[in-house]
Amino acid sequence: MFDVGIVGGGAVGSAIAYELSRFRLKIAVFEKEPDVCFGASGRNSGVLHAGFYYRPGSLKAKLCVEGNKKMREWFKLLKVPFKATGKVLLAFDEDEVKELYKLKEIGDANGVEGLEVIRGRDKVNQICPGAGEAIACLYSPMTGIFSSYLLTIALAETAHQNGVKYFLNCKIVDVRKENGTFKLKDQRGERYECRWLINSAGVYSAEFSKIVGVNGYKIYPCRGEYLLLDKALAPLLKMPIYPVPSKEVGGALGVHITPTVEGPILIGPSAEYIDDPEGYESTPEIMNKLFEEGYKLWPYFKKSDVIRSFSGIRAKPVPPGEKSFFDFVIKEEESIPNFINLVGIESPGLTSAPAIARMVREIIERKEKLLIKEDFEPRYLRGERFEELSEEEKERRAKEDPKWGEIICRCEKITKREIIEAIENPLSAKTLASIKYRARAMMGRCQGGYCMPKIIEILEREFGYKPEDFQLHKEGSWLFSGRMRKDD
Amino acid sequence: MIERDVVIIGAGPAGLACAVKLKEIGVSDVLLVEREKKLGGILNQCIHDGFGLHNFKESLTGPEYIERYVERLKKFNIDVLSDTMVVNLFQDKSMILSGPWGRERIRAKAIVLAMGCRERTAGAIGLAGSRPAGIYTAGVAQRLMNIDNYMVGNEVVILGSGDVGLIMARRLTLEGARVLMVLEKLPYSSGLPRNIVQCLEDYGIPLYLKTTVTKVYGKARVEGVEYVSLDDDGKPIPGSERFVKCDTLLLSVGLIPENELSREAGVEIHPITGGPIVNDTYQTNIDGVFAAGNVLHVHDLADWASMEGELVAEFAKRYLEGELSKAKRWIDVKAGKGIRYVLPHKISGERDVNFLFRVDSPYKNRYIIVRDKDRVIKKRRVINLHPAVMENINVKSEEMKGIESLEVMVE
Ligand SMILES: Cc1cc2nc3c(=O)[nH]c(=O)nc-3n(C[C@H](O)[C@H](O)[C@H](O)COP(=O)(O)OP(=O)(O)OC[C@H]3O[C@@H](n4cnc5c(N)ncnc54)[C@H](O)[C@@H]3O)c2cc1C
Ligand SMILES: Cc1cc2nc3c(=O)[nH]c(=O)nc-3n(C[C@H](O)[C@H](O)[C@H](O)COP(=O)(O)OP(=O)(O)OC[C@H]3O[C@@H](n4cnc5c(N)ncnc54)[C@H](O)[C@@H]3O)c2cc1C
Repeated sequence: MFDVGIVGGGAVGSAIAYELSRFRLKIAVFEKEPDVCFGASGRNSGVLHAGFYYRPGSLKAKLCVEGNKKMREWFKLLKVPFKATGKVLLAFDEDEVKELYKLKEIGDANGVEGLEVIRGRDKVNQICPGAGEAIACLYSPMTGIFSSYLLTIALAETAHQNGVKYFLNCKIVDVRKENGTFKLKDQRGERYECRWLINSAGVYSAEFSKIVGVNGYKIYPCRGEYLLLDKALAPLLKMPIYPVPSKEVGGALGVHITPTVEGPILIGPSAEYIDDPEGYESTPEIMNKLFEEGYKLWPYFKKSDVIRSFSGIRAKPVPPGEKSFFDFVIKEEESIPNFINLVGIESPGLTSAPAIARMVREIIERKEKLLIKEDFEPRYLRGERFEELSEEEKERRAKEDPKWGEIICRCEKITKREIIEAIENPLSAKTLASIKYRARAMMGRCQGGYCMPKIIEILEREFGYKPEDFQLHKEGSWLFSGRMRKDD
Repeated sequence: MIERDVVIIGAGPAGLACAVKLKEIGVSDVLLVEREKKLGGILNQCIHDGFGLHNFKESLTGPEYIERYVERLKKFNIDVLSDTMVVNLFQDKSMILSGPWGRERIRAKAIVLAMGCRERTAGAIGLAGSRPAGIYTAGVAQRLMNIDNYMVGNEVVILGSGDVGLIMARRLTLEGARVLMVLEKLPYSSGLPRNIVQCLEDYGIPLYLKTTVTKVYGKARVEGVEYVSLDDDGKPIPGSERFVKCDTLLLSVGLIPENELSREAGVEIHPITGGPIVNDTYQTNIDGVFAAGNVLHVHDLADWASMEGELVAEFAKRYLEGELSKAKRWIDVKAGKGIRYVLPHKISGERDVNFLFRVDSPYKNRYIIVRDKDRVIKKRRVINLHPAVMENINVKSEEMKGIESLEVMVE
């Protein structure tokens, strides 16, 4: 029997697991995918938001501002790559300038520090080189960029290191509450029990709520497509550049240009309502549109700079056409005590994750006293980046261990030692994408053309993988239909 | 810091041939660096034959072709550092080497870039649809099958008619997969005509020109693709969408010279070839940094890459001996009408030059003309010109006496 069962191992579920792992609780996280960052938490802009888009007094406003501060501590503890870049919203005409002032007012009311409207083309370009013809901007110094999938992985692995049990490939399909105990069943018929149940199932949160017995929520999946540009352009872009928010889709921030901590530049996201909660597709129309809209905002790239496209899906609690403000739902359901529902955790869900986790903890603490675990280790003890060491240190390490000398991924210069550490991850996530997210291999401009076969070789020789063991990401994503020759 | 006379980066057909040649002509201090354990570059995975027809006058497989060079390498006792990647290259001609043995910075008097090329990916061509397993570039599939012994799929559609894709169509068929079709967006194949015959026609694999994939289906593994016909402007023709069920999509949509290191060192890159801009001594804008093989421009035959490596060896030797006098002036070579690119990009006019070029689309019964404004320097009749086939035309220094400009064109 677990004290707490968390359904969904994304950034929010794993942040809750990390926060609660400070206490003497038996905690389980159930994740239907083979890894923790295959949902929204691995498919987003990776922007640490400051909090000026959201209605004062709302959960989004409060949790975002709180999360923005707390997250900086987490980034240090969890070795998550972060850059305090600041960001700008550009205005190209006087109507848009008015919008900037409105946003500043909201931000000030929310307690966002340092917001400033800057007028004049030259001044705007001084703050943000490349801002081009913009006549004004809202500058937000508290905004930054980080790696969202590394955050999710570090949260999950650190929670795991502090005793949280992760069940991957484990989709909870049935929940019953009997005598104060939640009885869970997964798709294979395995059963689990817990006293508290937390729904952090992202785009499936309304559906899961229904499984538990709370109707009345609905999620409308809304796809955001992105283009990724070669990191050779990185020196040209200092900080995220946003337009004045879109009025078409409620809550969408508009197509922006964002540097990533790894170097490649993001253009996106678009906003289209779709039916499929996992319709992770790229479409020709949107790819063209992103290119054009991105180019308007930041005309420094060409078609051949695009290295790939991807998409993420927002868990929107409102249907198309609904433009009024809507808030996160984070509460213990009255009808089912000890069931904590998190619904509609879309942007700024990542930024807010530490504050969401705090709220969840406080909901539990209202009913029971949580006892501190003395040996809690808040730091992520893995995930060192060889490429970031000094040349002297690199030479020293390469002498010490041949695996530090052998470079497997040539685009990102990832060593064999880092690849092996990623393969030996504590969650036992076994897909190629799991290695990709942890070690950053197969992510650069050649998209694995060079290192993928090498990683396959390591998995075969050193970890005994058979052809049928190789899986790209989701269940069923087999790589090989077998051997070529029967004899060897 | 250790200093070597010549360091060659990459031991494919170009780098190997360059190393052997350097020794033959008396340069003794040569270091050949290769990131793989095995020398030979791409040819290790090319187990089909057809290599060496020009250089050895017989048809060899890729590994056999390489073996010829490796034997000579051994005979000459050439210094080879395999399993070693050049991870950084600097303008002062120093570089950082890294391998299981450790990591070290060394310097060279002359450097030959021979890093080869990589493949254009699904992301780079803006492939639409989902992102399932089963989308491979043809070269990766070739390596996984021929070196690592994995079968990559059963029912295959190939997008792009580059040579590697054509060769893989045949290979997959021989291994029992069903290759359903090859799709090419252009009105002509981008692979060599002989490969169309030997790899597709002989096996009854259809090639659909002016056709492309518009969408990939499948969440976990490829389940099929949608493809459309294109009009003369390359735009999809509405209503022509068709669906084909398959579990694998192979991409053969172009090769890109591998110039990350060159860029880092400050070598200027040509926008069309994707390789360094070189003069008639195959030197880049950095003195003593040369380029040969696919890193310079994508060759259709390994033999040509090797020949380029040998040519560069001669220039590198003369550079070391201080005999490669700086040209008084450089004349930019213009790719005129009908020409996609021409190499070298700059000439002195003082040296014989074998111009290498590719045309921008197929032509029949035309003239290749080399001219200085209105003065025709050279003119040659050709029956067939195809973008997939690299052409050349030789011009002697006497013929270029007094020129002010130079243009190669099709007429
Ligand atoms: C395009 C886009 C851009 C964004 N940009 C930003 C940004 O810049 N900054 C920011 O702060 N936020 C951003 N967000 C929001 C942020 O990504 C999300 O709020 C956050 O990732 C939500 O985390 P999560 O853990 O709730 O969801 P997810 O990461 O989706 O996790 C939910 C998990 O639950 C699992 N699951 C579902 N059902 C079950 C079940 N029955 N059993 C077991 N497991 C189940 C899923 O597989 C999934 O892994 C963006 C979102 C999108 C889509
Ligand atoms: C997938 C593929 C299949 C092909 N098939 C055929 C064919 O069937 N027939 C044919 O005639 N031609 C084929 N070619 C054409 C090819 O153009 C030539 O045959 C030849 O391989 C080019 O030689 P190269 O030496 O320039 O490059 P490569 O053979 O690519 O050699 C470059 C070498 O440099 C090494 N290297 C690169 N970077 C570094 C670094 N930083 N440090 C150390 N070493 C480095 C690489 O590991 C590699 O060994 C093929 C090309 C490709 C890409």
